[in-house]
Amino acid sequence: MGDGRNHYKEDLRFKIANREALMGVFLAIFNFIWWFAFAYGLGKKPVAEYTYIFGFPAWFFYSCILGFILFSLIVFVMVKLFFFEVPFEDREEDVE
Amino acid sequence: MNWDVIIPLFGFLAIVFLIGTYSSKYIRKAPDFLQEYFLGSRQLNGFILALTMVATFGSASSFIGGPGVAYNLGLGWVLLAMSQLVTGYFTLAVLGKKFAIVARKINAVTLIDFLKERYQSKWVVLLSAASIVVFLFSAMAAQWVGGGRLIESFTGLSYTASLFIFASSVLVYVIIGGFRAVAITDSLQGIVMFIGTLLLLVGTIVAGGGVSNIMTELAVENPDLVSPFGADRSLTPLFVSSFWILVGVGVIGLPQVAVRAMSYRDSRAMHKAMIVGTLVVGFIMLGMHLIGVFARVVVPGIEIGDKVMPLVALEVLPGWLAGIVLAAPMAAVMSTVDSLLLLVSSAVIKDVYVNYVKPSASQRQVKTLSISITAIIGILVFLMAIDPPDFLIWLNLFAFGGLEAAFIWPIVLGLYWKKGNAYGAFASMLIGVGSYMIIHLSVPNLFGMHTVVLPVVLSFIGYVLVSLITQHKQQIENQQIIQRFWGV
Repeated sequence: MGDGRNHYKEDLRFKIANREALMGVFLAIFNFIWWFAFAYGLGKKPVAEYTYIFGFPAWFFYSCILGFILFSLIVFVMVKLFFFEVPFEDREEDVE
Repeated sequence: MNWDVIIPLFGFLAIVFLIGTYSSKYIRKAPDFLQEYFLGSRQLNGFILALTMVATFGSASSFIGGPGVAYNLGLGWVLLAMSQLVTGYFTLAVLGKKFAIVARKINAVTLIDFLKERYQSKWVVLLSAASIVVFLFSAMAAQWVGGGRLIESFTGLSYTASLFIFASSVLVYVIIGGFRAVAITDSLQGIVMFIGTLLLLVGTIVAGGGVSNIMTELAVENPDLVSPFGADRSLTPLFVSSFWILVGVGVIGLPQVAVRAMSYRDSRAMHKAMIVGTLVVGFIMLGMHLIGVFARVVVPGIEIGDKVMPLVALEVLPGWLAGIVLAAPMAAVMSTVDSLLLLVSSAVIKDVYVNYVKPSASQRQVKTLSISITAIIGILVFLMAIDPPDFLIWLNLFAFGGLEAAFIWPIVLGLYWKKGNAYGAFASMLIGVGSYMIIHLSVPNLFGMHTVVLPVVLSFIGYVLVSLITQHKQQIENQQIIQRFWGV
């Protein structure tokens, strides 16, 4: 077995893959912070002092409903603007 | 018998059967049987990919158990359920392109194929296959119980007869159609789940006199029903947050989810699946659990949590619509079970038999064996489910957590960390599964977090430490693995 080291060259597609994976991780962290901060930031006061938006307690509206809409939008924008199309096959094969 | 409910249900089963027959044509024509049967020849488009991921992941607990708990605990449980939104994009973003490219380089069909090539270790493979068989088998049994009970409650047939109907309809399309049938029926099931959630959510809000009215009534009954802490204030922020690992980011370690990350056609499919998947999973989880909370006002006094969703559907919707809505949990159960069945069967055939027992087996032998083993496993699960254990949501979560603790680091670090090696992976799996079982059985929810958290942390430490300590071993082999996985 020869020494593979001399010929080693990293697959360039992995640069893109690594960056996109990191974006996914950061988005998840941001998602968690949003969810947690609104839920417990607004939700920890006595229920009698709650404000309501569209009938829902404000903590729930911001954390779960707005959070859902917002992160769906962010995923859309992230994928459309920052995710690149790369071929998966090492060489193009026929795809039906 | 309630014919309004039964007719849509059986119509649904008939369509599913047709899809199985349609997919079996591909299996006859496919150049590579194993690739087609266990991976659909990597041809999934974005829409099907998104729905099969959501449907596989969304199980009986999302439609039956979950709303039942939400009914008793209030909005706090919906908050907890929304930790699942992240699964819509996280798995694909993180495993995503890397996994798809690597899987093609090494021609992997199963998750264990990937682990086998990455770690080149028989013990990693056998331990993985054993974990998959044990844990997914128990998860499957729990889901089948759910499926049987559902049919039982709609038709009034005996539990065993209901289970038999459920089992035979799932078995037929999985056995003859393989992964392609599973993915296509999953999409159909995903659509049914989505529409069912929408209809029932609207129906429940209307029946409850609007959201404001429902919230006011809940707050009068018990203010904590509309707080994030749960009706009995049992939902601490730490406990709820720990579900971000169990049903959120940790899902990446579930073999049935991970295998889908190598089944899609191209990067466009992956991009689309992230968008569609996030929308669908968020909507279903938010909607179904909210329905559970709203149901407390609409149909008060339900004792058994699992009956909340069927009862509220029959209460707020006209019969035929309720039938369509009640096909949703059915769809959720089927779409989970079908994937698990195929996965357990692939672990036995592809990962153990073809790898170690008889590598020289011909295509024809493998084909006959795949189909018969899938059938045998299905029948075994059926027999197990006849005399079922009780609380399905917890049994399901037990299998969930164990698998996540076993696989998350060998997959993720195996993909992204060149220094990870077989020793690290093996240690990580042992520590993950072992500590999960010990903690779950002796001190569940240690330190106020869900049991899964510590095993995931411990298995991470195990993977990294043991890999680093054993760097000097098998340097040449590891060099070759890196060349193969990362090189051009």
